[in-house]
Amino acid sequence: MDLGLNEEQEMLKKSAREFLSKECPKKLVRELDESDSGLSRELWKKMAELGWIGLPFPEKYGGNGGTLLDLIVLLDEMGYNIVPGPFFSTVVLAGFTLLQAGSEEQKQTYLTKICSGDMIMTFAITELDGTYLPESIETMAEAKGEQYILKGTKLFVPDANIADFLLVAARTGKSTNPADAISIFLVDAKSAGVKVTLLKTLGRDKLCEVVFENVKIPSKNLVGKLNGGWPVIRSILRKATVAKCAEMVGGAQASLDMAVSYAKERVQFGRPIGSFQAIQHYCANMVTDVDGSRFITYKAAWTESEGLPADMEVSMAKAWTSEAYKRVAVLAHQIFGAIGFTMDHDMHLYFRRAKAGELAYGDADFHREIVAAQLGL
Amino acid sequence: MDFKFSTEEEAFRREVKGWLKEAIPPRWRELPTGFWQETEESWKISRQFQKNLGMKGWLAPAYPAEYGGAGLGHIKRLILAEELTYHDAPVSIETEITVNWVGMALQHFGSEQQKQDFIPRIAKGDIIFCLGYSEPNAGSDLASLQTRAVEQGDNYVINGQKIWCSYAHYADYCWLGAVTDPDLPKHRNMSMFVVDMKNPGITIRPLINVIGCHSFNEVFFDDVRTPKDSLVGVKNNGWFQLAMALDFERSGVQTAAANKLLLDHMVNYAKTNKRGGKLLSKDPILRNLMAEMAIEIEVARMLCYRIAWIYSKGGHSNYESSQAMIFGSELLRRISDAGMRVLGQYGQLAFGSHRAVERAMMFRSYLASLSIGVGGGTNEIQRNIIAMRGLGLPRK
Repeated sequence: MDLGLNEEQEMLKKSAREFLSKECPKKLVRELDESDSGLSRELWKKMAELGWIGLPFPEKYGGNGGTLLDLIVLLDEMGYNIVPGPFFSTVVLAGFTLLQAGSEEQKQTYLTKICSGDMIMTFAITELDGTYLPESIETMAEAKGEQYILKGTKLFVPDANIADFLLVAARTGKSTNPADAISIFLVDAKSAGVKVTLLKTLGRDKLCEVVFENVKIPSKNLVGKLNGGWPVIRSILRKATVAKCAEMVGGAQASLDMAVSYAKERVQFGRPIGSFQAIQHYCANMVTDVDGSRFITYKAAWTESEGLPADMEVSMAKAWTSEAYKRVAVLAHQIFGAIGFTMDHDMHLYFRRAKAGELAYGDADFHREIVAAQLGL
Repeated sequence: MDFKFSTEEEAFRREVKGWLKEAIPPRWRELPTGFWQETEESWKISRQFQKNLGMKGWLAPAYPAEYGGAGLGHIKRLILAEELTYHDAPVSIETEITVNWVGMALQHFGSEQQKQDFIPRIAKGDIIFCLGYSEPNAGSDLASLQTRAVEQGDNYVINGQKIWCSYAHYADYCWLGAVTDPDLPKHRNMSMFVVDMKNPGITIRPLINVIGCHSFNEVFFDDVRTPKDSLVGVKNNGWFQLAMALDFERSGVQTAAANKLLLDHMVNYAKTNKRGGKLLSKDPILRNLMAEMAIEIEVARMLCYRIAWIYSKGGHSNYESSQAMIFGSELLRRISDAGMRVLGQYGQLAFGSHRAVERAMMFRSYLASLSIGVGGGTNEIQRNIIAMRGLGLPRK
């Protein structure tokens, strides 16, 4: 048993903290939050140069050959600093899908461009009911000669507004088990009939509606096996879930650190408010939530990384971290008092992300039901 | 990072499990479960079991071999503690006090002679310690204790009153904190002693806990003479030594296992019992509740594993232990409450009652959990420790 990071991960963590505090200051975060694109090309390019975008992908596609756990360490720091942009969509949702299910040609064409920072990609999975269940996928892809005709509406798709390509989960036949007839397609975002509408969200992340009106897709853009999409999506959702947890752990850590340093400085009644037990106990609760979330998340990531069955671990991590981050953010707001309730203050940036993170890839109730089933209930 | 146990450690866990199948007397399974020994009979079974553990080197698995330990290290100690707890083996607070709190502190601060004298006997299960910490007017503010130890010839003469001394009525020795220089300020005026409980002048009065069990005592010291060499470590440096012993006390790694035992009980009950014609395991509210408990146990386990991992790397766990203790104890309250909800009307049935379920395990845990956030420093004190020592928040 070794609960520590290895030397390279420690270095990655340290250099990520330094790089992001310099290159992604809160001023930039706010600008991107308020922009329509949410993207800084300059920052994106730098992250590609650092090898971050290709971190978990094999070297032959221009990646860095790292593990899921390495990526988790990086996402923890990205959550700490709040990094806007399509990193999560491109690397976790799209990159892992291509790596797992794509043909060699697709990997050479697309994954290589992703690693070099020349392609932004996302994965359109959820539809109108907003859940991550196979029965919720109603978008249809109908075979017609050398093409598929895609028709349907995807909702809550991250970063579709700036994506060059979208992976799309669509129904490719009829089946008694709704998971048996789902396939994944690569869709050029510039294709005729693709209509993207940016949603305005509490998290100020760039979620979109994507409508496909009889979009023509070349047959070679099928990713993986026909009707074999759902097992891939499940595996990707597991990775995305634990990856989102890592971002949330980082955000919770930042909320704690900000609140603790404020509690040491802010003087009332002639003493730092951090010397009052009421505040100390808030902080003690917060650090226990942060540490607990980090361990349960890293354990889930390690389990998935080792190729062991990880449904239980990942759901435990997401259920716990979703609520722990909210608790930490709320207590941090309480410690900041009125100043924390202003737009000028950074705290709300984290409070917003806590909610967005909770909703992504299943909230606590969704994952507790998975845990209950795993318990044999 | 690596979250798995080594092949050798897994083999050790299997060995412990296999041994426990034979080693726990069947009669133990008919007595009330967990937490405290209630009767002479359960005490005797428990003491014999501890000696059996001692013979295998498993009572003090992490002690160094030169003092009669098995030198198995802290990860195996964690595995043993988990299995003993999960299987409700006849070990209880007296083992924790003696082996894992006092014994650990003596290894740190005792003279070579004290170590040679006590540590091997502790590792074999031959002696039991009680704690002489709290006093009627020194609870959370432990540093304001009043019990005095005055040098007189070759002895210290002790006068004062201690309280909440678990198993003092069985103990061979008391690990006692007493003021040795009242002119010095708090935290720098006391020393730690190992006092033989057979000394004349010691009076023990029972305090019955809410379960109805005699575990606590008041202990009165009237002109009790103890040899000078029963002072442990450095005179007037006792507060530091006591604080370290408290760190050990808070470093228990078995809370997750105790909670897992309760969860398995309620999950099993829910799978096999109906209410209103419907299996409890199909009730969405109870499913959500039990899943939440399983998740919290996983968090508690990781906080406990961190402690074992810190010690295994030669470190010392301080606020990390307080985190695990708060989380584990408050979880025990939530889990006991959840278990009572799953059991419904049956939860109220006491041990020995007609139709009581599983020796009233949940009932007893529900009551016992009241004490868990208090002993060893209340959870409020633990939160102060996390805030001040862990996060560096100011005292004033």
